[in-house]
Amino acid sequence: MLLRHTNTEIKERSSLTVNPAKTCQPIGAMYAALGIHGCLPHSHGSQGCCAYHRSTLTRHYREPVMAATSSFTEGSSVFGGQANLVQAIDNIFTTYDPDLIAVHTTCLSETIGDDVNQIVSKAVNDGKVPEGKHVIHASTPSYVGSHITGFANMTKSMAIQFAQKTGKSNGKFNIVPGFVEPSDMVEIRRLTTELGLKPILFPDTSGVLNGPLTGKYSMFPKGGVTIDELKSTGDSIGSIGLGPLASADAVRALDTQFKVPCQVLDLPIGMLATDRFIDTLRTAAGVSVPDTITKERGMLLDVISDMHQYLYGKKVALAGDPDHLIPLTEFLITMGMKPVHIVTGTPGKAFEKRIKEMTSHLDYEVNVKGPGDMFTLHQWIKNDPVDLLMANTYGKYIARDDDIPYVRYGFPILDRIGHSYFPSVGYQGGLRLIEKILDAIMDRLDRDAPEEKFELVM
Amino acid sequence: MKSISVLKDRKKQIFEKGGSEPFDMSCEKKSLAGAVSQRACVFCGSRVVLYPIADALHLIHGPIGCASYTWDIRGALSSGPELHRMSFSTDLSETDVIYGGEKKLKMALTELIDQYSPKAAFIYCTCIVGIIGDDVDAVCREVEAATGIPVIPVHSEGFKGTKKDGYKAACDALFNLVRRYPNPEPKPLSINILGEFNIGGETWIIKRYYEAMGINVVSVITGDGRVEEVTRAATATLNVVQCSGSVTHLAKMMEEEYGIPYIRVSYFGIEDTSDALYRVAEFFKDAPEVMEKTRELILNEVKAVIPGLETVKKDLAGKRAALYVGGAFKAFSLIKALKTIGMDVVLAGSQTGTSEDYAILRDMCADGTVILDDANPLELAKYVMEKNADLFIGGVKERPIAYKLGIGFCDHNHERKIPLAGFEGMANFAREVHETVTSPIWDLVPRRANKNTGKGNGK
Repeated sequence: MLLRHTNTEIKERSSLTVNPAKTCQPIGAMYAALGIHGCLPHSHGSQGCCAYHRSTLTRHYREPVMAATSSFTEGSSVFGGQANLVQAIDNIFTTYDPDLIAVHTTCLSETIGDDVNQIVSKAVNDGKVPEGKHVIHASTPSYVGSHITGFANMTKSMAIQFAQKTGKSNGKFNIVPGFVEPSDMVEIRRLTTELGLKPILFPDTSGVLNGPLTGKYSMFPKGGVTIDELKSTGDSIGSIGLGPLASADAVRALDTQFKVPCQVLDLPIGMLATDRFIDTLRTAAGVSVPDTITKERGMLLDVISDMHQYLYGKKVALAGDPDHLIPLTEFLITMGMKPVHIVTGTPGKAFEKRIKEMTSHLDYEVNVKGPGDMFTLHQWIKNDPVDLLMANTYGKYIARDDDIPYVRYGFPILDRIGHSYFPSVGYQGGLRLIEKILDAIMDRLDRDAPEEKFELVM
Repeated sequence: MKSISVLKDRKKQIFEKGGSEPFDMSCEKKSLAGAVSQRACVFCGSRVVLYPIADALHLIHGPIGCASYTWDIRGALSSGPELHRMSFSTDLSETDVIYGGEKKLKMALTELIDQYSPKAAFIYCTCIVGIIGDDVDAVCREVEAATGIPVIPVHSEGFKGTKKDGYKAACDALFNLVRRYPNPEPKPLSINILGEFNIGGETWIIKRYYEAMGINVVSVITGDGRVEEVTRAATATLNVVQCSGSVTHLAKMMEEEYGIPYIRVSYFGIEDTSDALYRVAEFFKDAPEVMEKTRELILNEVKAVIPGLETVKKDLAGKRAALYVGGAFKAFSLIKALKTIGMDVVLAGSQTGTSEDYAILRDMCADGTVILDDANPLELAKYVMEKNADLFIGGVKERPIAYKLGIGFCDHNHERKIPLAGFEGMANFAREVHETVTSPIWDLVPRRANKNTGKGNGK
């Protein structure tokens, strides 16, 4: 038993995180920056940060992940990282020739008080940024928030540091998809387009982190939102931010600074959240929902009704990021499942509040914690066992030790493929989620059925 | 595809053997700011060395990232306790950064020791701890006095050097344990295995060889490691050090303090494994039965793997390999092992090699081989394509680059799943290389489909 140390006695821990359900800001900033075409993310800190983020993203996507680092030394941490960053900007443009560099900070550079805005200005004044090239930056201290916060900060930076208002509408809608997979971004774009809107989707990691094998290596793959699109975000008709934690900052900043009206919705995970997304798109486009989309919704409903007896009353434990967990919890409830233990590592009071509102009408106790960790989740499970666990790869320890049907969902997934290619958002994504949930639950039924009850038709 | 250029300042770190430039590798330098380096930090070095000690508490003092990224990422197997596979962090927040994290550290430590009763605790200092000035040593002393177990600070602040400095910090922490053993008396025919981390169970293979030779293995540092075993290390008569210097610093300290000599070996490939075992047997020449048993062991082991190697060699002869590894010492073994299965090395690089290492590497390689230090992905891709490699040997960040180029890949780092050490490890290595190089999938890759020179099994 790998987690033999997990006991059932739950104590309040104020100074200790055991088996985290989050990671730090910079990796989220790096992921967001990879969603800009021709962008080289840059980590302003020690070499290890950049290596760890690249390794984790590489393991999750099984794609090359490029990023540069300021390679802090003891000297730079005493005298400041200005010289390193200016030299880095110079070296990067000379050698790798990206269209832009997206600098994010780390706990180290934040604590020594580097002013990245000022350093970038200096690099520009010193002529280190070639004509037509750009440097954007976001402050992402690792000791605040989580990887989601870092994603939100970089996404906001890419919007407001490029956006312009020419006064002439571009006829488009800004869509910020949130910290989701490349496959989800493709699906969000498709749904938006089907409803008749022209989207500027940012960031967009599709094509960057789920690219084809060509036999050649390209440092800057074909995908990503372009700089021209980002510049144009100030001229859009409106913005929709999906997932409040990851996307609200960006669309609100465009609203405040460029008067682009914004709406913030839940990630379109599951039936109801997708309904709200489609309804928002429909209203914005001034159209009625096309038959193709209505049909997709009908198919999702059809599958749930076909299989609801296998889902009904099943207790579920969830770990993940708040933007995902809120609509996912809602989805499970609509299918008659019982999400009884829900934990996120990302701090923020709104999460517990939303979950409590969403579950207050139910006739069972729901444990929810943010910020919590996987150790607490495991203790809850030991006290009150579940029929299904949905979590990132780190859930596999719990699933194995307590023999729980398990669906990998979230970030990171280090031991399976699929997330980069098959969306879990929208009605189609709902189908994939149900398929995975049912596979886990029904494989278990088959495994555990006594011979006389082992059924062919289920 | 247009030729990929290299950074001007990098030119002193890339050479082609037999080329026009004189060979004068400028290594052991900090990476250039702005380079897409494949290197990591001090913390990473310490973490990988100490991680396999399975009954110790490993607490990471810092914001959450450092703990998250190193949670159970190394397949260092334990035959017993598995406390090392848990992730413990003080998860420092903004207020801790302002007011200091000592109180939090003390509370976390006390709570953890109380709950898990570890045999010792290692406290890893991350970047920020070095900046906010927590007196980690003082907290460790205090908690040690209160709990009675060794509580050892690891000074692994990320910015204080390279991964190598992290190895050194880990060695200091290990030596802290070793010194606790009172008046060590050397045991006859005994060794410590140093720098062997039991990835995929490799320690168990090596240990079996020594046992068959009649040698008493006092401790393995740190594969399948235990605190008590590490503490006994000074009772061995010889330190046998593997891996490119990650634990050499400890061997040196033990030589100075206890007069225990050390030898550097590699357990990779038939040649190097045999050499390692013979040298240990040679050291114990006063006990001639050891050499006798060693000869017999090697003879039997080699006999068992040779037929398999000969089979794969038929398919692999003349195929080209590129390798980029952490320490250069591993590269030496890999080059010999690749020769054993008939392959040519066209690119050899390391993250942390020294100038002596590169001189040896140069002498081992054939003309035309590209040798590089602290390479970036563009350079690796450039030379893989120019030299038309069929195989890449590297770590996690190199794998998808190799696949994008449509060539085989073998992980010779933390993510190897099967043991590659010893004689049976060589057989595994040959099998793994054969599987990936001759996979029919490469025949479908656009770049290679037109000019595929290979004998892909898909044809």
